[in-house]
Amino acid sequence: MIKFDTKVQYLKYQVLKEVARHAHNGDLMEHVLDIPKDIVSGDVPTMRCCVYKERAILAERVKMAINTDRSKNNVIQTIDIACDECPVGGYEVTASCRGCIAHRCAEACPRQAITFDSQQKAHIDKSKCVECGLCAKVCPYNAIVNYQRPCEKACKVNAITMDDNKKAVINDDKCIACGACVYQCPFGAITDRSFILDVIKLLKESNDNNEYKIYAVVAPSIASQFSYVSLGQVISGIKKLGFYSVVEAALGADLTAYLEAQELASKGFLTSSCCPAFVAYIKKEFPKMVEHISHNLSPMAVLAKYIKDNDPQAKVIFIGPCTAKKMEIKEETVRPYVDSVLTFEELQALFDSRDLKLSTLKEDVLDNASYFGRIFARSGGLSDAIKQAMLEQKIDFDLKPKVCDGIEECKTALLKASHNVLDANFIEGMACIDGCIGGAGCLTHGVKSKAEVDKYGKLAYEKTINEAISVIK
Amino acid sequence: MMKITVCIGSACHLKGSREIVERLQALIIKQNIADHIELKGTFCLGNCAKEGVSIMIDDQYFNVSKENIEHFFNEEVLIRLKAQ
Repeated sequence: MIKFDTKVQYLKYQVLKEVARHAHNGDLMEHVLDIPKDIVSGDVPTMRCCVYKERAILAERVKMAINTDRSKNNVIQTIDIACDECPVGGYEVTASCRGCIAHRCAEACPRQAITFDSQQKAHIDKSKCVECGLCAKVCPYNAIVNYQRPCEKACKVNAITMDDNKKAVINDDKCIACGACVYQCPFGAITDRSFILDVIKLLKESNDNNEYKIYAVVAPSIASQFSYVSLGQVISGIKKLGFYSVVEAALGADLTAYLEAQELASKGFLTSSCCPAFVAYIKKEFPKMVEHISHNLSPMAVLAKYIKDNDPQAKVIFIGPCTAKKMEIKEETVRPYVDSVLTFEELQALFDSRDLKLSTLKEDVLDNASYFGRIFARSGGLSDAIKQAMLEQKIDFDLKPKVCDGIEECKTALLKASHNVLDANFIEGMACIDGCIGGAGCLTHGVKSKAEVDKYGKLAYEKTINEAISVIK
Repeated sequence: MMKITVCIGSACHLKGSREIVERLQALIIKQNIADHIELKGTFCLGNCAKEGVSIMIDDQYFNVSKENIEHFFNEEVLIRLKAQ
């Protein structure tokens, strides 16, 4: 049973699980210092130079899991002592250089930065190199490599630099909390702060949903997660944790598509508002484009608002693949509706902290949304839904969507749009590659994820957006 | 004001709560009583295992199916409304 893509995720999960277990038992403060040793119990190091460093890093992970220091706004944080200070040399010639005669590298270099020694081996003059990478591309032996930090490489908004000690530093003015670095750092030195204790507290104080009811609003990307059991068993598990009801965020997506189609037709140009990292990116890097962001709440927020409009005492927890949602709920327009956010990683930790064996649970049902709401989970789904919503509402509008898969494509489209040269009237922006199924809070990221979302979409009881939202309009 | 709350949670949804809501909306318009009834949706009334869709009239609980919705409307909703 493979639950995670990497051991880094597994470590984070172990910490979250132990924190959650003790929190539930009410003895977290007595045991908080024991957790690192409970996880790394032996004397032989398996990850770092010694078990003491391993435990010291785990202690930092515990801090991120209990998240008591709320002085920092960003939910994405570095763990300094976990950062391995990866080489940052840029393009370098390795020992694979054969000292050939062709010298394609030097021919390709636009800055004459490559010279050769007496053995004809190439050397790059760092003062001339502009890191274009052309030499690496043409070398027949792949002898030139780019020593770039995985975190910096993952961060397409250039929010990560290094300090004087070569430790990774996040520039909060640029960070959009997409979590790409969290998932990509091979040492787990960047992580998302958890609100798992807030959720456990809400669950405990609800007194079995008698004081107030707790609703789980679950993102449709769940279709590609927890693949070792059925979705129905996951829903049973969420209710066993103490949630009163589980609702599809995809129903909110249906409503978002319905309203956004109207807004687009009346304004003529729009950028989507459902990906919080994309919205944050526009606000930080393209302030002049802010006026074009759809004014509709995200699917999560619009559904949470419906729940609270009808049950003002209710508490709403969003469960999804997304670290940026942890920032979205701090927005003034969203804060009243969503009480907390869990990632799928954190949900897995919650299940196992209570020793819930999902495979033994009976199957519950989850069915509120249409196919179109559900496919919001993957790139292109939102645009398909807008098209459908226009069709169903008989809106006469020549929709030209630009589907942006990942923040780099978002950047290109926004640049063009800000210069009025984008051949599209709707920008679907998803910060993660593949859309939400590529989110940093997913347990697994697989090639089959998109197919699983589409399959799940087709299982929906409601076939149209209008039918799905008729009950909440 | 009478409050009718229809469960639109997953289990009731699959038992036809959308059709129930649509029938109720139509019946309310037909009887011209929209000013007297507040029709609301809720995600779960805690009776997922029971047959039919869960509905509350104010604080009273009912199970209604697509087949007997009109009977429910006439016998429970209209009679209560007249009594008010």
